Amino acid sequence: MKQIHFLGQQTVNLISGLGRAVIMLTSALMHRPNVRKGLPLLLTQLYAVGVQSLIIILVSGTFIGMVLALQGYTILVGYGAEASLGPMVALSLLRELGPVVSALLFAGRAGSALTAEIGLMKATEQLSSLEMMAVDPLRRVIAPRFWAGFISLPLLAAIFSMVGILGAHLVGVDWLGVDGGTFWSVMQAQVDFQGDILNGVIKSLFFAFVVTWIAVYKGYSCDPTSEGISRATTATVVQSSLVVLGLDFILTALMFAG
Amino acid sequence: MVSKKIELMVGFFVALGIVAILVLSLKVADSGISGNGETYDLYAKFDNIGGLKVRSPIKVGGVVVGRVSNIVLDEEDYTPVVTLNIYAQYKNFSEATSVSILTAGLLGEQFIGLHPGFMDESVETLLPGDFIEDTKPALVLEELIGQFLFSQGSDD
Repeated sequence: MKQIHFLGQQTVNLISGLGRAVIMLTSALMHRPNVRKGLPLLLTQLYAVGVQSLIIILVSGTFIGMVLALQGYTILVGYGAEASLGPMVALSLLRELGPVVSALLFAGRAGSALTAEIGLMKATEQLSSLEMMAVDPLRRVIAPRFWAGFISLPLLAAIFSMVGILGAHLVGVDWLGVDGGTFWSVMQAQVDFQGDILNGVIKSLFFAFVVTWIAVYKGYSCDPTSEGISRATTATVVQSSLVVLGLDFILTALMFAG
Repeated sequence: MVSKKIELMVGFFVALGIVAILVLSLKVADSGISGNGETYDLYAKFDNIGGLKVRSPIKVGGVVVGRVSNIVLDEEDYTPVVTLNIYAQYKNFSEATSVSILTAGLLGEQFIGLHPGFMDESVETLLPGDFIEDTKPALVLEELIGQFLFSQGSDD
């Protein structure tokens, strides 16, 4: 009986949490944009969320591209197929690794920071003070952070794929001696703009939406204590990572399996 | 107020992201601006197109002059009709031009080989929308093996 009670409680909590998250997002975003007031807020958040994530994206993108080239080369050279190194690296980066790995890194680097910041604002009653001054914290605090994440992640994913391919070029062509012309031309013959690049961008748009949404909601709904903030930050990283990986399977099945 | 430095860094970040998308579309996928030049369409009917696909290249002596843009089945005689999308800089193919479906390597992908015919006073050039009359179907490996076995059997 106790277990059933617990199960029911969890289900109700889950569903009402989802409902609150949807209500928070719609009331934060569904209003007429005010460019003069909103733009400076958005710019500040773009700096905090996007620009400050650049270093980790650049470094990990380069290294993942280099490792892919190294691993792919040792396997492909056994079949005399090292000419296919370019498309192998480009397709795996554009379709999977670019959107997914940058979303995971983004959840760890920017999502956790968003949650902690909003959570601390709540714990120190800054959000309530905003309301006292007749400023809607959803529009003032949540909306610019959400949009900044939604804009940043697709750009970061594209940057990730680009430096990954450059890193693969560095290892494959400059170090292991794959012919540079073959590397690019076979890649260009295999990679399709709509099928590969556009689908990758669509994937990262989905991830950006989900990761930023989870981050701002967890911060906004956390218990206003130091433990609550720490739990919310952990939950942001864990849940966004799981949702990104699960969503990635569904999107891949929809895009590439048909 | 937002400082100039933050504005600068955000501008740099967004520009880098846009450059990345452009590099990926132009350098990696080789599509977009360069692929969308002026083109015109020719049509060709084949008995069998084998593994030909939309976007397969059309080559003259190994040089890509266009891509297959559409493959449909003729509703009257049920033969495949292939739309050849040719770059406008390669016009004035003669009416005696022939097309065949070839394979790159033994197991490679299939493409259309275009063999420009002779030109003289009596031969007109192909205009956009014309059908190329002289077509050779794709070689299907199974049919070849079947013919080979059949001819082997009839020798005995």
